[in-house]
Amino acid sequence: MSAPIVKLIAQRVALGILLLLAVSVLIFAGTQILPGDVAQAILGQSATPESLANLREQLGLNQPAYIRYFHWLGGVLTGDLGTAMSSGQDIATSIKERLWNTLFLAFWAAIVAIPLAIILGLIAVRYRNGWIDKLISGLALASTSFPEFFIGYLLVYFFAVKWQIFPAISTVYDEMSFGERMQAIVLPATALTLVVLAHMMRMTRAAILNVMQSAYVETAELKGLSAFAVIRKHAFPNAIAPIINVVMLNLAYLVVGVVVVEVIFVYPGMGQYLVDHVTKRDVPVVQAVGLIFAAVYISLNIIADIAAIVANPRLRHPK
Amino acid sequence: MSNELDYLSRRVAAGKLSRRDFLGRAAALGISAPFANSLLSSAARAAGPVKGGTLKAGLVGGESTNSLDPALMMTQVPFAFGKCWGEMIVELSPEGKLENRIAEEIGSSKDAKVWTLKIRDGVEFHNGKTVTADDVAATLERHSDEKSKSGALGYMKGIETIKANGKEVVLTLKEANADLPYLLSDYHLIVQPNGGKDKPDAGISAGPYVVKTNEPGVRHVGERFANYWQGDKMGHADQIEVVVINDATARTAALQGGQVNMINRVEPKIVDLIKRVPGVTIRNHAGPGHYVFIMHCNTAPFDNNDLRMALKLAIDREEMLNKVLRGYGSLGNDFPINSSYPLFTEIEQRKYDPDKAKFHYKKSGHDGTVLLRTSDVAFPGAVDASQLFQQSAAKAGIKIELKREPGDGYWNEVWNKQPFCASYWGGRSTQDQMYSTAYLSSADWNDTRFKRPDFDKMVLAARAELDEAKRKAMYHDMAVMVRDEGGLILPMFNQFIDATGAKVDGWVDDPHQELMNGYALAKCWLQA
Repeated sequence: MSAPIVKLIAQRVALGILLLLAVSVLIFAGTQILPGDVAQAILGQSATPESLANLREQLGLNQPAYIRYFHWLGGVLTGDLGTAMSSGQDIATSIKERLWNTLFLAFWAAIVAIPLAIILGLIAVRYRNGWIDKLISGLALASTSFPEFFIGYLLVYFFAVKWQIFPAISTVYDEMSFGERMQAIVLPATALTLVVLAHMMRMTRAAILNVMQSAYVETAELKGLSAFAVIRKHAFPNAIAPIINVVMLNLAYLVVGVVVVEVIFVYPGMGQYLVDHVTKRDVPVVQAVGLIFAAVYISLNIIADIAAIVANPRLRHPK
Repeated sequence: MSNELDYLSRRVAAGKLSRRDFLGRAAALGISAPFANSLLSSAARAAGPVKGGTLKAGLVGGESTNSLDPALMMTQVPFAFGKCWGEMIVELSPEGKLENRIAEEIGSSKDAKVWTLKIRDGVEFHNGKTVTADDVAATLERHSDEKSKSGALGYMKGIETIKANGKEVVLTLKEANADLPYLLSDYHLIVQPNGGKDKPDAGISAGPYVVKTNEPGVRHVGERFANYWQGDKMGHADQIEVVVINDATARTAALQGGQVNMINRVEPKIVDLIKRVPGVTIRNHAGPGHYVFIMHCNTAPFDNNDLRMALKLAIDREEMLNKVLRGYGSLGNDFPINSSYPLFTEIEQRKYDPDKAKFHYKKSGHDGTVLLRTSDVAFPGAVDASQLFQQSAAKAGIKIELKREPGDGYWNEVWNKQPFCASYWGGRSTQDQMYSTAYLSSADWNDTRFKRPDFDKMVLAARAELDEAKRKAMYHDMAVMVRDEGGLILPMFNQFIDATGAKVDGWVDDPHQELMNGYALAKCWLQA
């Protein structure tokens, strides 16, 4: 790899870290603005002034906000996310398992959804404006337009209640074997696949069609290459940047945006964990989860950027 | 004919005939299905529990913020799981009688001020230690301590001293209380080694199941405790599991798909559909829980009894019961007690009367609208119920303005803060507990701001009265007072609606709480 590209990548990463720091300030500030403080939230309505003062002292709430911020940031950087107020459990330990579950589900949904979306997109381009194209687009758009819970309930109704092929609830736990886990996540992974499919598929189709108008594609066609070969060799590599962008956006969604699917399928992931703690005003957990979600989002976007740079010769060799 | 039925039901109990075949033959004999089913379950009980298997419950009411500390138990999942691993000092039987557990005997002085608990011999904790009087005393001490934040703290405050003395625990009360044994049946008071003072959330007690997995908000698993002291009565399944399923549709689907054997909180509107699913049995029964609209008696305009009376008369209870609860409940009468409480007396049912409501409304001199806050979380169907209230009140010329509040924060910002809102109560095991929790002037949860020194005196007097007939009369007078002068509008008592799947046996309706007062997993078994 040439020097300019390494520099570009380093720039992106540095920018991402800076952004993450900014987000951490925002998260911290946001939770500070919430009415009442942590001590009040812990003690609830029966709080006496003395116990409030004691707890504030104990939690270090009497220090100015910026000191508390750096204290918190220092903890986060060393892997110490603090303890949850509501249950007194170590946040890092409980998040680890939840995050692993979320990534597991997102991974398998992505493994199915991304190749499927891209292949469907390629097929749609090959038979553009024909009935196959229209069928693929129609089905994909329909599955995306339905709300997630509707797709989820449909899957449950047919596969779990009526035919009883897969379990209706997807609770996963440590003692499960890999096979059992896979069986448990079939339905939620399918629901997620259906939800993210159309966006990626349509983007693939649009990006490639855009490239198909160019002169070099016409040349390739005139050379006598088959339609698929033209798409694969000439059109796809040039259309990859926007496709990667959309893929990464959807990956991020699979990690941070699946609360509804988690609830329907009773899947123990991060979303449900976050919602539970928001309702309990468990600020340390909300901060930690917020930061993790931001980190996932930002890093996936950095990866998208870098992949786009690497894939694009014009960005690789800027004049 | 009855001989043949008896024979058939015994065959089913012995596992030689399927349930469905039995129902078919019973129908051929001209027996209706519900009667045949009841025959079957009594035969199964007679045949005795079957040991083994895994019994699973899918329950609403668990969060990832739950803890195994009994003091902090609030919602249904910790409650139901607690009844599996925890052992109580004393418990209420399904018939409402006291059932001695770790306390072998409970006696009191004549003035009901000093109580002595004799601790049973040979009860073992999951960690192998024997339950002693010291453990029981320490448990009660911990729950009396403000720092434990125990849900039972309210009652425990009434205990002045707790002393362990050999095999006995002696409790001295600040004021006489004839109901003390009932208070000790509070589900928070799980006996723990050294009262749980060392590690409150260790999950160790002397119940029929040992905690094996505890993943708050996800699942809780218990394994049968081999040395449980009354293994013939409880702990039939080898393993029990509670899966947290907060979504109602997912819960029903899990029961239908056979992933769980029982669920709680079936929504009234789908009960009739679920009933038709083969193998599924709806277990609905009356309890002390009720849905309410509460007015602050000390806040304008609700500080006027005529306005309160107008609103009480302007609600159509029958319609609400039929439309919101689909009949799975009973009519309320504006006081928080019904026949599931001991010493209950029937009082004339208040009816929807727009004319009388109009009269009282005019007399109150109030003009303009009345603001009622409501929310989905206030109780299932609360928003619909509020709209029905609005319409029935409009016919009496009372304009109710509805404000729909977000569910998040409803219990912190609206309930017990705003002067008029929708809410619910789960009920308590005795009348004294219910009135002490929410109708004493000094109660934190006096959510109708019903502050009447004369009423407080009646509560204390009834509490100390050991003569049942006199007590009953006192409770009647208190009920009339709350009904006619309080800030409570109680249109309906709800029922617990649980459901069990195929093969679950041993179910006994318990009026105290849902899922057989939480004992469904410990007391039911799977047919072989």
